[in-house]
Amino acid sequence: MAKITIDGKELDADPKLTIIQAARQHGIHIPHFCWHPKLSVSGNCRMCLVEVEKMPKLAIACATQVAEGMIVRTNNERVIKARNSVMEFLLINHPLDCPICDEAGECKLQDYSYKYSVGYSRFDENKVHKPKRVELGPRIVLDDERCIMCSRCIRFADEIAHQPVLIFTERGTHVVLRTFPHTVLDNPYSMNVIDLCPVGALTSKDFRFKSRVWEMANTESICTGCARGCNINIWTRNNEILRLTPRLNEDVNSYWMCDHGRLGTFKFVNSDNRIKTPMIRKEEALMEVNWDEAISQVASDLRSYKKSEIAGLGSAYATNEDNYVFRRLMKGVIGTKFVDVVPHVKEGDEDQLLIRADKTPNAVGAAAVGVTSVDASTGLEAILNGISSGAIKVLYVLEDNIAADPRVASVLSELDLLIVHSYEHNETTKLASVVLSASTYAEKNGTMTNFQRRVQRIRPAVATLEADRALGGFSMSRWDKFASPNDRWGKGPRRDARPSWRIVSGIANALGAKFKYNAVEEVFKDLAEKVEIFKGLSYAKIGNRGIALTTENVPTSLIPA
Amino acid sequence: MGTNGNIIRKKDLGFWQSIYVPEILKGLRLTITQMFKPKFTYEFPEVRFKPPEVFRGRPVLVEENGVERCVACGLCSRVCPALAIEVQAGETELAKERYPIKFEINMVRCIFCGFCEEVCPEEAIIMSNEYLLAFNNQVEAVFGKEKLLKSAAEMRPRLEWLKVNR
Ligand code: SF4
Ligand code: SF4
Ligand code: SF4
Ligand code: SF4
Repeated sequence: MAKITIDGKELDADPKLTIIQAARQHGIHIPHFCWHPKLSVSGNCRMCLVEVEKMPKLAIACATQVAEGMIVRTNNERVIKARNSVMEFLLINHPLDCPICDEAGECKLQDYSYKYSVGYSRFDENKVHKPKRVELGPRIVLDDERCIMCSRCIRFADEIAHQPVLIFTERGTHVVLRTFPHTVLDNPYSMNVIDLCPVGALTSKDFRFKSRVWEMANTESICTGCARGCNINIWTRNNEILRLTPRLNEDVNSYWMCDHGRLGTFKFVNSDNRIKTPMIRKEEALMEVNWDEAISQVASDLRSYKKSEIAGLGSAYATNEDNYVFRRLMKGVIGTKFVDVVPHVKEGDEDQLLIRADKTPNAVGAAAVGVTSVDASTGLEAILNGISSGAIKVLYVLEDNIAADPRVASVLSELDLLIVHSYEHNETTKLASVVLSASTYAEKNGTMTNFQRRVQRIRPAVATLEADRALGGFSMSRWDKFASPNDRWGKGPRRDARPSWRIVSGIANALGAKFKYNAVEEVFKDLAEKVEIFKGLSYAKIGNRGIALTTENVPTSLIPA
Repeated sequence: MGTNGNIIRKKDLGFWQSIYVPEILKGLRLTITQMFKPKFTYEFPEVRFKPPEVFRGRPVLVEENGVERCVACGLCSRVCPALAIEVQAGETELAKERYPIKFEINMVRCIFCGFCEEVCPEEAIIMSNEYLLAFNNQVEAVFGKEKLLKSAAEMRPRLEWLKVNR
């Protein structure tokens, strides 16, 4: 450890660190554009200039290593003057069109202009104009005028995504960012450069101009695109999800998320294809009914079959809580042995960074709470065989489009009764006798267990009919707070969907059980008492970064190879 | 009036005051003299007040060469203290890149403060001289682009006034 002094504060710093890293560890922010904790040092923006005693000139904090006895000043007159000059240079050719720039409100250059710039320009000449709307890849658009040449995107593509296709061309103030000839920026992680870009140069084709950032509310949640469970923020406006962005968690996804997770996992929540209320099939067509009718119908239907004729498939897309209550219904109240989960593993579709072959967010959790077969004689294959042979007449499926697999679909038509929880109309709801409208991951509270056996929270970002943004403790934008019933912008569609645990409890109680769950916290409390490996956990302990189940607790069958 | 709502009234009226007639005559004299002075009221609604440029009537959007000046930046929406404005941006091939797909002002919410006009970087939303705003229901009070757009020519007096005073 080296003893250093930053702004009069004496600190112990690891001599392998640079000044900017040591300062950051002790909560001192040194302004910077090009430096990023996860990228190599390039030292080109000159924003992090600090004064180091006995050094003749100001030094860049990102590339100067800490040494014993070093005395650093980050805020004296010399440094402030240098920083002002750096800002002035950066802004000379910058278009200053914040009102039409998507980054405004979350822009490093804008923030630093307020904090570290003099606030006026001495530059009267014409600004250099460069191309706008340059397509760097299928998902990314570049505005060259806004680029401050920090090279973060270039380094990310090279060092993290391992697709080194970005490069600066031309010279001086005419520098532009380009992909090498005949290449495009299209790696599975390409959109992280949008978050990395300290200005509005790189924009998402999907989100471009959809909303100003200050109009949205953001909710801390988990991506459901694969078993990694990247930590994310869900951004909503008018009860509609507009974008997902990664949220820092060094134990899971660091600063990143994949493009599939970012674009492919939320559109169905807003879509017109959503199931808006429970439905029962009457004379070949699905008819909308209310919850009481749907639940009593399901209960009376279930009563008319023997328990050996009923099978249940939990869901690796549903939460631990949903699966736990489902297991209690199937194995406890109904008493069938035929309970399992359909796996969704795409062999080979994985990589070293984040993406996992298991495309579900909670396969480990579903099994851990007991939605799993004891042996092959009651597992998925046995259930499908049982349906073909006519031994199993009723199938209850939690949030999973199992009929997307044609092999399964052909078997399902043999059933007397198919009950499904579903978010949207799909192959399975086409065959279903009863469709119960389930809340999506963005509409409920709960926990998911990722492939590392880490339990993480999801939180509601979109309100359903039964939820109220304010009373439900949702994250609220200014508009959410002040909308009145006659404001059109307060009228985003709300569906009559319920979280699966609540639907299943209703059915169990209609069958004579006594499930006393009013809130999801109560389900989790019960789960944490009854399921050994969750012992001692609570939502408070899980927090917003998740918590790993200790390995000793987890049965070896659940530990992925 | 007392600050706590008590009305302070002179207890004892004089003799002349308490018989009222002289006071009534005093009042009548005032009325009759006014009747022969020049009028400064309007015969509304037949005759209407035409406000000067400085007047803050309902906000409108300026249209120039067939397109709105607005770039859908949403600053007016953000600054509006009454949350009256909703803007949804879209992308256009024009140099301005963005335009409002939807622009709505809820005239029941608007308090005619003029902040939207002041914040707009494009001089695209300005206060007009229209003040006759009555609605039969809430839906009617939400003005979309079709009611908001006014040509720059029509809005010239206010635009000229802004040039000098802003
Ligand atoms: S596009 Fe953004 S991240 Fe890339 S060099 Fe320019 S400013 Fe930096
Ligand atoms: S790696 Fe998986 S969890 Fe992470 S963003 Fe991609 S799909 Fe979502
Ligand atoms: S005049 Fe004031 S209240 Fe009315 S729309 Fe403009 S900012 Fe809002
Ligand atoms: S401030 Fe002006 S340019 Fe921006 S959205 Fe409002 S009217 Fe349009």
